[in-house]
Amino acid sequence: MQRRDFLALTALGGGAVFASGLAGCATRGDAMAGGYADFYFVQLSDTHWGYQGDANPDAAVTLRKAVATVNALEKPPEFIVFTGDLTHTTDDPAERRRRLAEFKSIVSDLKVKTVRFMPGEHDASLDRGAAFKEFFGDTFYTFDHKGVHFIAIDNVSDPGAKIGDEQLAWLSADLAKRDKSAPIVVLTHRPLFDLVPKWDWATRDGAKAIELLMPYSNVTVFYGHIHQEHHQMTGHIAHHSAKSLIFPLPAPGSQDKRTPLPWDPSAPYKGLGFREIEAEDTGASYKVSEFPVVRA
Amino acid sequence: MMDLNRRRVLQGALLASGAALVRAGSAQPAEPRVIEMTARRFVYEPNEIALKAGERVVVAIRSLDFVHGMNIPDLGMLDLMPGKVTKLELQPKAPGVIDFVCDNFCGDGHEEMHGRFVVSA
Repeated sequence: MQRRDFLALTALGGGAVFASGLAGCATRGDAMAGGYADFYFVQLSDTHWGYQGDANPDAAVTLRKAVATVNALEKPPEFIVFTGDLTHTTDDPAERRRRLAEFKSIVSDLKVKTVRFMPGEHDASLDRGAAFKEFFGDTFYTFDHKGVHFIAIDNVSDPGAKIGDEQLAWLSADLAKRDKSAPIVVLTHRPLFDLVPKWDWATRDGAKAIELLMPYSNVTVFYGHIHQEHHQMTGHIAHHSAKSLIFPLPAPGSQDKRTPLPWDPSAPYKGLGFREIEAEDTGASYKVSEFPVVRA
Repeated sequence: MMDLNRRRVLQGALLASGAALVRAGSAQPAEPRVIEMTARRFVYEPNEIALKAGERVVVAIRSLDFVHGMNIPDLGMLDLMPGKVTKLELQPKAPGVIDFVCDNFCGDGHEEMHGRFVVSA
């Protein structure tokens, strides 16, 4: 067991329990009720392939090392999600496609059959997702896995960080087909709520999405963008951000600018990593386990 | 003390949106001071603007190259269209710092596109 910073999160009828270091504490109830079966998936985020800078002098190999670490997990995940900023932005459309192609080639070494991708603003905002779609398809979509309904929301293809009325209508229509107690996981790149607007850590119309989700009792959001683990509730909805695989950013609002934290040669990859997310209890609870880029 | 509730500190109106001006009292000068600003990748110039509490100003912002954003948390958000001057009227009520940020992703350097109004007594 090499898990670090084990975190168990349990939504309990509108409230939540965040329990660190308590392996197994989220288990309760009949996990098979309603035909649901426990499973786990892996979230990777903010790989920024193509980045060159002092914040990660090892950028050319960090992603490859993370892929190797995921492949070495004792039990393979049932699927993997990348929650955006697959590549670092560039003004050059040809270079953008080259980076997307290289990223796709590297992650094709993942030994898991199902890998799902979402764009971040670095991938999609300068061309409204055109290049991303060429490589990975739709920027927003749904899928179902063992009784849990997953909704990937695109809040980056509009450079103004908006979901947009068309996608909100699509979200509303999709939710209308769900039971109010259905287990729902939302995947986004930016936070849907106003985490730190002065750092652009927000979605302009994210409150509209949260309002649509609010009637549903079992909703959990996993996102990226802020390059660190963070947990926050909006009502009964839990929002969990993931670490990056390129450089960490400061704690929300802790300084004037969101400047990357400096690379520490004595502790390479410090603050970077990926996570396992284990769904339990008919989608009412999730155990989140953080992993480093390279395991000892 | 800079940790101020901006809703308390600031009254303002976005002229470009057609919103009504917020006026603190009847004894207003006829014309507010106009402060010119440019926005280009990845900087506002100037990016720090000194204001006085109670002073009514109009910030006239011209984007030079891109549809930049200007998000002033708790006050509002603007899209700065290239070739147009977008006007923002402000009347800060108390000393403090009011941050703003570009929230239209504009490329590699977007994260550095910040500015602030520094309001003195």
